Amino acid sequence: MSGINLLQSKIEVVNIGLPLFAEALAVQDIPVVQVDWTPPAGGDERLIELLDLLSE
Amino acid sequence: MTGHVVRNQIRSGFYLDSVALMRLSREVEDSPGVIAASMMIGTPSNKSLLESAGLLSVEGGKAGPNDLIIAIRGETAEAADGALGLAGEALDRPRQSSGDDGGWIPRALDSAIAMLPAANMAIISVPGAFAAREARRAMRRGLNVMMFSDNVPVDQECALKAQAAELGLLMMGPDCGSAIIGGAPLGFANAVPRGPVGIVAASGTGLQEVSTLIGRHGGGISHAIGVGGRDLSQAVGGATTLAAIDALDEDPGTDRIVLISKPPSVEIAQRIFARVATSSKHFTICFIGMDASELPGNATFAPTLRAAAEDALGGVSLGTGFDADIPRSHNRVMGLFAGGTLCAEAQAIFLAAGIEVASNAPVPGASPLGHGLAHHLLDLGADEYTLGRPHPMIDPTVRHRSIREALVDPGVAVLLIDMVLGYGAHDDPAGDIAGLLAGHDGPRPVILASVCGVEADPQIYPEQVATLEKAGIWVAPSNAHAAERAVSMIAPSDA
Repeated sequence: MSGINLLQSKIEVVNIGLPLFAEALAVQDIPVVQVDWTPPAGGDERLIELLDLLSE
Repeated sequence: MTGHVVRNQIRSGFYLDSVALMRLSREVEDSPGVIAASMMIGTPSNKSLLESAGLLSVEGGKAGPNDLIIAIRGETAEAADGALGLAGEALDRPRQSSGDDGGWIPRALDSAIAMLPAANMAIISVPGAFAAREARRAMRRGLNVMMFSDNVPVDQECALKAQAAELGLLMMGPDCGSAIIGGAPLGFANAVPRGPVGIVAASGTGLQEVSTLIGRHGGGISHAIGVGGRDLSQAVGGATTLAAIDALDEDPGTDRIVLISKPPSVEIAQRIFARVATSSKHFTICFIGMDASELPGNATFAPTLRAAAEDALGGVSLGTGFDADIPRSHNRVMGLFAGGTLCAEAQAIFLAAGIEVASNAPVPGASPLGHGLAHHLLDLGADEYTLGRPHPMIDPTVRHRSIREALVDPGVAVLLIDMVLGYGAHDDPAGDIAGLLAGHDGPRPVILASVCGVEADPQIYPEQVATLEKAGIWVAPSNAHAAERAVSMIAPSDA
């Protein structure tokens, strides 16, 4: 058993990154939300690790 | 580079997505006296790309992943400085926010999920240094992942795939650009009809070619699952391929399953074949460049993408009767491909006919470039051709220079090209090449093309074919047919 039930579901997408992928889904009426992504914590790797520890 | 001037400028704390940056870079590159221009976020992989292109200065080398590097190579200091000014103006222009339709755009994953509570998939295309973090967070919230980002460390890929297995989620990628789930084309994919064939592919254009050939010949796709170019490597061990086989094996809408990849190692291939053998469904194994090996009884080996489509359609023969009336020639074949796996398939066909080929992305048996071999089959989507530029599937003008050179080269008898249609791809690649040819005077090589797409694609397959034919280009029914026709034109003395 794969445990994966995605194939039996209707696709709804969160797009993190290039807007062209969200645009392609929107024209097909596939539900999609674009995230306005920028590097977390100003791209500071140590700060990102700390943030992740806190959020867990 | 003697006499050329390289200038770098850093903008701290500036982020813009890579496609937007590529568009602006091209704008700057078009100005007089500019040899090359590239704007990239200062991740280690981008800095090494800039360095290998001779575009990184000491100053640019100090940039971090939160900085933008503006890199210019100019003919003179004045031209380079002028281009830096132009780049600055372009970056300061007001822009529409990503996906801006006038509504609010969430900046965080949790806000996005609050807007779309039934979300079950995250498509991730942020710089590779940050991609794994986003995927981890998405999976913890129950989302499956399709990761287009590349340059993700292999240990992170293994960890993500282990997390996905634990959570019962599908982790497609890194470096996965194409998938079709439940009839929904994701990333670069085509509007293929639904049907009983499932695909598991480590190659984006391989998935597109096989799914569109099936779709154009009366078949259909249940799901086409991308696994990422490295999934069948020794390190990753086929984790997503095996999960995808499990999922398609259980899927009542899938009768037959096609596996597409470069050849994996013997150990990984054996692991995959052992899993295949436990299924009651029929498998088509298309590991391009691999010799037919001992397969389980429920599997057929397909040496080409076309053969894979033919087997998946129940053993039909596709594109019979295609016969371009082209004279034989002693000259060279130049293949200029947008699709990496289409380039690989063409190489496999040349090699099977006993003809040596060289490529920047050689399959087993082909040679790297620079060995003086006559026939060149190039993957123009590879990093060395796309530094700071969009992929040729998105922007066909990036292969213009190579095509122009081939058109005026008297040693080139045949120019072999592919056109990849579908969502995410350029809206009129055939019109682009027709326009390029209209501006060419004098003799030119024979041009043989194939079009990867279906009628329901935004570009409309039959219209693209008609545009090419009107421009005097031979259009083969598949990439394999085009390569075979090119092979048949080369006189035996060249073989």
